[in-house]
Amino acid sequence: MSILLVIFRRLVHAFLLILAVLVLNFLLIHIAPGDPAEVIAGEMGGATEEMLAQIRTAYGLDQPVIVQLGTYLGKALQGDLGQSFFYNAPVLELVSGRIGATILLVMTALLFAIFVGTLLGVIASHKPKGIVSGLVTLVSVIGYSAPIFWTGMMLVILFAWSIPIFPISGMYDITKGDDLWTRALDILHHLVLPALTLGIVYLAQYARLSRASMLEILGSDYIRTARAKGASEISVYGRHALRNAILPVVTIAGLQFGSVVSGAVLVETVFSWPGLGTLAFDSILARDYPTVLGILFFSSLLVIVANLLTDLVYRLVDPRIRMEG
Amino acid sequence: MTVTSDQNLHISSQSPLKEVARAFRQSWAGMLGLVLLFLVCVFCLAGPFIYMVDPFEVIWAPLTPPGEVANVPLGTDYLGRDILAGLIHGGASTLFVGLVAGVLTMTIGILVGSIAGYYGGMVDEALMRLTEFFQVLPALLFAMVLVTLFTPSIYVVSIAIGIVSWPATARLTRAEFLRIRNLEYVNAARSIGARNNRIIWRVILPNALAPLIVSATLTVGIAILFEAGLSFLGLGDPNVFSWGMMIGAGREYILDGWWTISFPGLMIFLTVLGFSLIGDGLNDAFNPKLRER
Repeated sequence: MSILLVIFRRLVHAFLLILAVLVLNFLLIHIAPGDPAEVIAGEMGGATEEMLAQIRTAYGLDQPVIVQLGTYLGKALQGDLGQSFFYNAPVLELVSGRIGATILLVMTALLFAIFVGTLLGVIASHKPKGIVSGLVTLVSVIGYSAPIFWTGMMLVILFAWSIPIFPISGMYDITKGDDLWTRALDILHHLVLPALTLGIVYLAQYARLSRASMLEILGSDYIRTARAKGASEISVYGRHALRNAILPVVTIAGLQFGSVVSGAVLVETVFSWPGLGTLAFDSILARDYPTVLGILFFSSLLVIVANLLTDLVYRLVDPRIRMEG
Repeated sequence: MTVTSDQNLHISSQSPLKEVARAFRQSWAGMLGLVLLFLVCVFCLAGPFIYMVDPFEVIWAPLTPPGEVANVPLGTDYLGRDILAGLIHGGASTLFVGLVAGVLTMTIGILVGSIAGYYGGMVDEALMRLTEFFQVLPALLFAMVLVTLFTPSIYVVSIAIGIVSWPATARLTRAEFLRIRNLEYVNAARSIGARNNRIIWRVILPNALAPLIVSATLTVGIAILFEAGLSFLGLGDPNVFSWGMMIGAGREYILDGWWTISFPGLMIFLTVLGFSLIGDGLNDAFNPKLRER
């Protein structure tokens, strides 16, 4: 099978998943107790009869369910995910204004976790019973068991009281200068604590994973061969072992993207980071269903795209799996 | 030649269960986890009879720090409610949701995974597509949506957590079934005419239990973290005290009252730690190869 055909099949697959998420969204509106029109309008008590009638016509709620589904899918695929009555704006506009901040947070946390985690794992594999190994195990046990929002708050307390060098809330400081460079630095400065909070959980997992795979690889024949032909330790670790040890980390990181997005919802709420998470929190409090469902759709879309990219990058990097369906 | 004693002829035999229990007792992680969990349970179950303070009642000035007043040892929250009473009463609902959601997650996951793994072919394809679909949805957001659409109660929260978290269990069960389904004893069962149902539940499943039991302890831990996250966001049962809810309530007062969030978080941490340490211990006990390391 040619690589183009493989890519095409993955794209079709991703598209079907997107359709499935939309169908789920549609079902959720209809499964919820009460009149779908009221669900869409939200339980603000402000929805008048005319407003409800307007929604019923707009969404075709007086038609058979299957027609309604068709209408919904057609609209959604054209980018119309409904209107938020709480913010009085199209859902698409609301979500696209916030999604960048979430992507920035999630990607920073993930890349930080992958790089630092793998590095720690490699160091730990050098001395399996050393201090770094013990530390990695300890951090991963804590990271696994502590609620992520609590870890974030503990960091806030720590950094607000003892070492107040990082901002603990928001994404930028409006009193700072307006030029691009200052703004970028300011955002990075605000990003440190949220990304650290989100990344630390995965960092420990990846460190453990890369430590385990390094230990396995370091005992394999080709490493012995590399050593026998006189390769330096740095070359053995960096060029021979690490290349294979990082593969499982990238696989898991790709698979965990959804869980990182979930974690981001909580972390954003703690640090008032203006992404999809805080939007979800605010719109759930307001019972603004169209926005909530729009966020569910877009965050699933993020996961689908991330999985697709991981899969394709993987095929390009590793010739062994390139041609598998 | 005479038999010297009965003892020389006696070959000691032990049930696998006893063997696992013995190995578990030797694992310090597992025992520590068990002790932790026992202490948490005693705290939550016996606590209300020893420390009789209503967690909803305002008993002192708001945000009293711990240790300042003798009869409020862990201080008060932003309304002046007793933190220690909150900790005692918050545990029951957290543990309840964790257990119910954990059982639900395992049930759905085992059902889907065993049927997919046993039958293979189209059935497997369809069920795995479904699993994949559920894995694409960010679990917490999906649970948030489910809880919002229906009225939040500890049952709705438990069911929502079960619905969003079964895919990992399904994949694990399927992998075990794929490994076992062509082993000789399964073929033997098939050759004497055992029906599919019997083979799935009585022949293969018991042999796949070891990794599933380990994952069940971890699943309960994850469910507790989920419950805490939902309550923190204000999506828990509003009529029931829970640790996550206490942290959520203290969110605005993070710098004026560190104790309102530190202590409930510590309780969640210790409980989940207990479950995951037990999981570690069971994992060691079930894997004789790992035991020797």
